[in-house]
Amino acid sequence: MSTATRSLPRTIGAHAILLTYTAIALFPVIIVIMNSFKSRAGIFGAPLTPPTPETFDLIGYTTVIGQGDFIHYFQNSLVVTVASLFFVLLFGAMAAFALSEYRFRGNTLMGLYLALGIMIPIRLGTVAILQLMVASGLVNTLTALVLVYTAQGLPLAVFILSEFMKQVSDDLKNAGRIDGLSEYTIFFRLVLPLVRPSMATVAVFTMIPIWNDLWFPLILAPSEETKTVTLGAQLFLGQFVTNWNAILAALSLAIMPVLILYVIFSRQLIRGITSGAVK
Amino acid sequence: MGSLKIENVKKAFGPVEVLKGINLEVTDGEFVVFVGPSGCGKSTLLRVIAGLEDSTSGRVVIDGEDVSVTPPAKRGIAMVFQTYALYPHLTVKNNMGLGLKQASTPAAEIDRRIGIASSMLSLEPYLERRPAELSGGQRQRVAIGRAVVREPKLFLFDEPLSNLDAALRVNTRLEIAQLHRRLKATMIYVTHDQVEAMTLADKIVVLNAGRIEQIGGPMELYNSPANEFVAGFIGSPKMNFIDGARLGETAKTIGVRPEHLTVDTKSGAWKGTVVHAEHLGADTNLYLDCEKAGLITVRIFGVYNAEPGATLYATPEPGKTYRFGADGKVLK
Ligand SMILES: Nc1ncnc2c1ncn2[C@@H]1O[C@H](COP(=O)(O)OP(=O)(O)O)[C@@H](O)[C@H]1O
Ligand SMILES: [Mg+2]
Repeated sequence: MSTATRSLPRTIGAHAILLTYTAIALFPVIIVIMNSFKSRAGIFGAPLTPPTPETFDLIGYTTVIGQGDFIHYFQNSLVVTVASLFFVLLFGAMAAFALSEYRFRGNTLMGLYLALGIMIPIRLGTVAILQLMVASGLVNTLTALVLVYTAQGLPLAVFILSEFMKQVSDDLKNAGRIDGLSEYTIFFRLVLPLVRPSMATVAVFTMIPIWNDLWFPLILAPSEETKTVTLGAQLFLGQFVTNWNAILAALSLAIMPVLILYVIFSRQLIRGITSGAVK
Repeated sequence: MGSLKIENVKKAFGPVEVLKGINLEVTDGEFVVFVGPSGCGKSTLLRVIAGLEDSTSGRVVIDGEDVSVTPPAKRGIAMVFQTYALYPHLTVKNNMGLGLKQASTPAAEIDRRIGIASSMLSLEPYLERRPAELSGGQRQRVAIGRAVVREPKLFLFDEPLSNLDAALRVNTRLEIAQLHRRLKATMIYVTHDQVEAMTLADKIVVLNAGRIEQIGGPMELYNSPANEFVAGFIGSPKMNFIDGARLGETAKTIGVRPEHLTVDTKSGAWKGTVVHAEHLGADTNLYLDCEKAGLITVRIFGVYNAEPGATLYATPEPGKTYRFGADGKVLK
């Protein structure tokens, strides 16, 4: 069936491209998950085949769970990610609101300054950050990680959110002011709900690098108490022997929480995109 | 209660001066309309009165009290916006009651006032709905209701009808006029539409590029405009402006309203060819290309049959022409 806007070859073409891309993007993930359910011999013998009754083995998972601390690593990762996300969204939105709402001297300059961090990787400052954490006694605490990740996530959050905040109706904010609402109430009750879709976008962009980061946990919080999942998984990565079953199992498990968070946010994302289009 | 005085108010956004010294007095119970082309500073002036924008210099006095540094909520004003600006997360009832709640008004009093306002604006069936479940006209009525329940000294309207379709606009205009008659409150109304200004106002303030061009009643502005700008802005279709030199006059420009021209097929002051005719039933607009006067508009009451290309003579009614000097001011 072909209509004015749709023709069969075009539809097939578009789907072929999208399916190819999906396959390429999902391939490594599927390989990891598949092999995490196989025995060591199965992994090396036929890495690309799904687990068969002969090769099926839960040894990876039992090792990871049996290690005992892994649940704890998970908790650490989750605490760090959720806390950082919370602060990035809160402070990012507040800064964005101030930049887009109030006219003050140096407004543009301040906006540029806050956005500078998008271009300069925070890892360049690792040495100074480490010195700072040592001096303030925060080494080997989750607080150190939360602080660093909040700093890392803020520039992009401020940049994206201030663009969206500019689009919130001035009339609505002014109506609130005339009704005697405080600036905080206007921000939390009127503006934030309207920029929720863009907050979800920022949340997704912020969350994934934090969850996956190995660098700062290794440097700032490598102690047993504060290890995150990515750092914990290194345990199985020996110089001479690598426990592939355990690593693949750990990685598969590590995907889960971030996937759940993503699903939560992406529903907001899609709702935001479509609700803006047809008003 | 409800007088307003604006003394030499100026407002600049950076280097751009948007209001260039506004002086105005509004007495209690008056319906004042600010009218002017888009971007002339009407909304800015209204926001300065509301306290949503600080003036660069000058004073705003409400009821004899200088409110230049008073926050908007404490000025005793209420405002209705072009985009309705209802709180999306609150029901109609709570939208109307929020301001009073913030001012710690007793719940019974809030309910009483919402009851009065909602019956006045026929909003009773919708009190529990959210703004998203209302039509545009209903939303604007809720916004008006939200202003009414505050029982303000001063109502401020910023182009409240611009987002409504033509039929609703007429209805809501009527409702605002009735509201003013019932409440006898002071109202300031901003619009770029001169029809709204003429139909609603006790007093019209014509603004242009940050300055007041003229203040006066609707008929005063229509009959004796102070300058070319006001003459061209008030009245529809627009007044014809003809180069004085082409007519052998001493004035720079001669103005004559389309409805003050008569046409004849045989003889008259200006001979011209019909370029286009608009038949509106109640009246007919003819566009004539005249040898002496250039392209002019003639408004004839009732039906008039004229084909494009036909030759007609237009004659201004005696005593109904305006003479403007080189500075645009009316010559007496
Ligand atoms: N916040 C602002 N910053 C800079 N310029 C502004 C601002 N608000 C309004 N202006 C300018 O002031 C002028 C008058 O605006 P406004 O009062 O909204 O006009 P209108 O008569 O159409 O309501 C416009 O040229 C507009 O660009
Ligand atoms: Mg305006």
